[in-house]
Amino acid sequence: MIYWKIFLAFFIPGIVGYGGGPASIPLVENEVVDRYHWMSVSDFSEMLAMANALPGPIATKMAGYIGYQQGGILGSVIGVFATVAPSLLLMIVLLSILNKFKDSPRVKKMTALIRPTIAVLLGIMAFSFFHTSYQDTGIWQTIFLIAASFLLLEKWKVHPAFVIMGALAYGAVFLG
Amino acid sequence: MTQWHLFLAFFRVGIFGYGGGPASIPLVQKEVVDKYKWMDHEEFAGVLALGNSLPGPIATKMAGYIGYRVSGLLGMINAVLATILPTIVFMIVLLTFLASMSNRPWVQGMTSAVVPVVGVMLAVLTFDFLKKAKGGLGWMVTVALAVSSLLLMEWAGLHPGLLIAGLLLYALFGPMKQEQKGENPDLAIHEKGQS
Repeated sequence: MIYWKIFLAFFIPGIVGYGGGPASIPLVENEVVDRYHWMSVSDFSEMLAMANALPGPIATKMAGYIGYQQGGILGSVIGVFATVAPSLLLMIVLLSILNKFKDSPRVKKMTALIRPTIAVLLGIMAFSFFHTSYQDTGIWQTIFLIAASFLLLEKWKVHPAFVIMGALAYGAVFLG
Repeated sequence: MTQWHLFLAFFRVGIFGYGGGPASIPLVQKEVVDKYKWMDHEEFAGVLALGNSLPGPIATKMAGYIGYRVSGLLGMINAVLATILPTIVFMIVLLTFLASMSNRPWVQGMTSAVVPVVGVMLAVLTFDFLKKAKGGLGWMVTVALAVSSLLLMEWAGLHPGLLIAGLLLYALFGPMKQEQKGENPDLAIHEKGQS
């Protein structure tokens, strides 16, 4: 039963993959390449390269594409559903409970206490993006892009979408 | 109209979020907090914290919950689809017809140029969170918590989900000095003024 297999192949990475979509890449590979043999390692890495070059969340792109390859449109829908639904449901239930008690001092303390940790998590992500950029394009391009985008975003308040489009155009012309 | 705005907001997040779900966090914040004002900064921080400590892709968890919170089940489906559908379709079409695209230097150049921009957005968001944390907790506690989180996660390899869960449990069951804080009008006003 291919649809059941597709469901399982993406349900497991969806509930075990902590740390957002990119964290689930090795888990998806484990299911798709090692367990079900739907793809070879090189097929998988080619797909990953493509998925990384396109915008949007990575986990659902993989699920959508692999599901489509194995089971057509319905397979694609099942793969994406298995990736998204379990953790989303948990999130809605937990946050709805939390929202009911949002004026209680304990819940206020909860949000206050985790804020520095979230800041650190975001800071680590920012650092890893800078580091990747330094490795891909070198120090000068990185500094230039950081300075230009910081001024555009924070000083001149340009909408992020336009800044990203600008960066895409710049990259296609000068970094290709 | 709300449904259309939800669709637009998460459609933009989906097609401009280069670098996977985490790269779209600052975009979601921009749309949800700054542009459409569906949530204040505080509530968004809660969504982000919980999203980070639960498994699964982060972009769809945020889209799904925010969609649900703004306009129920339909909003949830709408926001999730707007986030993922355009890029999945794009991916299937491109991979089916143009499998070699990803090796073209200009495609890689595009991705390379976006990476530091996303880094800047995340850094700005980091700074925002630290500033807000200072308002609620004071400098000392903020710095202490930030430094120990950094050490625990990066150096000791503690999973962020466990760290956040631990902090939440402490807030829930630990000693509660802030109970008086809520009753003390001066402090309560002070806290409001900061956030």
